[in-house]
Amino acid sequence: MSNVETTRAPFDSAVLFKTVFLAVVAIFVLVPLLATLLGGFKSLGELRVNPFGLPRHWEWQNYADILFSARYWQLLRNSLVISTVTVTLTLVVASMAAFTFAHIKFYGSSMLLSYLTLGLLFPAATAVLPLFIKVRDLGLLDTYFGVALPQVAFSLAMSVLLLRRFFKDIPYELLEAALVDGCSYIKFFRYVTLPLSRPILATVGTITFVNSWNAYLLPLVMLNTDALYPWPLGIMVYQGEYSSEWHLILAFITLTILPTIILFLLAQKHIVAGLTAGAVKG
Amino acid sequence: MARRIAGSPAMGVASFSPLAVRGPRWDGRFTVLILFLPPALVLFTLFVVLPVGEAAWYSAFNWNGFGRPTNWIGFDNYLFVLETRAFWLALRNNGLIIAVSLAIQLPLALTLALMLAERFRGAVALRMLFFMPYILAEIATGLIFSFVYDGDYGLVASVWRAFGAEPPHLLASTDTSMLAVLIVVVWKYFGFHMMLFIAALQSLDKTLIEAARIDGATRSQTLRHVVIPLLYPTIRLSVFFAIVGSLQLFDLVMPLTRGGPADSSNTMVSFLYNNGISRMRVGYGSAIGVILFVICVTFAVTYKRWFMRDE
Repeated sequence: MSNVETTRAPFDSAVLFKTVFLAVVAIFVLVPLLATLLGGFKSLGELRVNPFGLPRHWEWQNYADILFSARYWQLLRNSLVISTVTVTLTLVVASMAAFTFAHIKFYGSSMLLSYLTLGLLFPAATAVLPLFIKVRDLGLLDTYFGVALPQVAFSLAMSVLLLRRFFKDIPYELLEAALVDGCSYIKFFRYVTLPLSRPILATVGTITFVNSWNAYLLPLVMLNTDALYPWPLGIMVYQGEYSSEWHLILAFITLTILPTIILFLLAQKHIVAGLTAGAVKG
Repeated sequence: MARRIAGSPAMGVASFSPLAVRGPRWDGRFTVLILFLPPALVLFTLFVVLPVGEAAWYSAFNWNGFGRPTNWIGFDNYLFVLETRAFWLALRNNGLIIAVSLAIQLPLALTLALMLAERFRGAVALRMLFFMPYILAEIATGLIFSFVYDGDYGLVASVWRAFGAEPPHLLASTDTSMLAVLIVVVWKYFGFHMMLFIAALQSLDKTLIEAARIDGATRSQTLRHVVIPLLYPTIRLSVFFAIVGSLQLFDLVMPLTRGGPADSSNTMVSFLYNNGISRMRVGYGSAIGVILFVICVTFAVTYKRWFMRDE
């Protein structure tokens, strides 16, 4: 970068400032992450005297013990089940509603849409206590669905808005032609709308997945059994047990955020698009 | 839009009746309406709207969550909340988070976006690096930083020791706990706002900027009088997200301090959790929830009316 820019002599100091500034921010972001990754390879004694540097002895045992424990895999499995149920239900329910709002004119349509959009304004924390009581009365306390159903409900507003905007851009002529040829609305939805909407479905799916995968408050309130805990709850329990054995906690943190980071590297485009999508036209 | 209206047959109340003269083609619309809409509406009503309404109802009772609420106490729960010093401390902390988000995080995000929206080697990698904290779970982030701040093993402690000073326990002191939380807030969320600005910068009309340069405007003049004004809608949006997010901050606080010590780093939601949810004081907790709700909704509605009228 500097090679290209230095040819423009008057901006030398600007380029220098820019480089230094970016480097400082990059260090600010990277150091805690790298220290966590490397800390998992150290012994507790070494961590205390050398928290920043590379480990002198690589303690693979810390990571291996966690990777070979049933506990780690159980946490990931629970998170995966809850997130998958949430994403699947959200995509099915939201795309059906969005299709109706996009293609069918009926009395009260815009009113119902604004009703759903209210969900964007409501802070989830307000609903948590009554939700606990409702989920308990429905007999869903301490089940995956007790966490997943409220998560679906809270993700509907944003999902329906994003999907409807995309569905509306599918040319009307396509729908008309299909209807003339005797295709029903439902078949059109299944065989034309959904296949054409893969990008937006991926985007909505990604937002919902990341939110559900990282969620803490809802599972904390709805689940009592350790065996059902998703990883954010599990890692808090783990930290409680090994309170100051930081080398183990750091290894555990690294391994639990690893799936997120791998997913991020694989699906950067969708994740960035998804998480900033709601913002582009709110 | 005009094309769509022209292309579709008479729309309106009558046309969705299954008996419409258009034949079987239009029966499908009624079926879709009956099958496709209810799941979303039922889920949303049951798990979002009703609970918010119930929070208002429960907040009038002294109730531990078992059986039915019977002990009606009117507005007393709200009085109890407003009489608690820790609640005002939590409110102040939310105010601090908003202040830091607006005064430090947004300018930082905007500066970085202006630097990284241009193309150079490494720009994309840096964008991704800066965005990464945003996708990490708040719980993991909080735990990472509770290590960074740890007075015995942490990074901060080792820097202090290198200068021969006694390492501070930042999270364990009422003076520094909130400061420590605020730094993590910036670390975690600036990348999101930066991405918003980058997306906006990339969709700007480049001809306006070129025109300004041709007219003899310097780099900084173009920035001040052309680029930044064009970004106003995004800035307003970013401010909106920063404030709404700050008001609801919770997950990040729990692994760091749980709101302590002595309530010094509670936010409204962690205050709600510590005093309402974890002790199953449903009425009291609901009252806190309703106050939070009123603040969020009042803010959102006012802000949209004042600043985002045209969007």
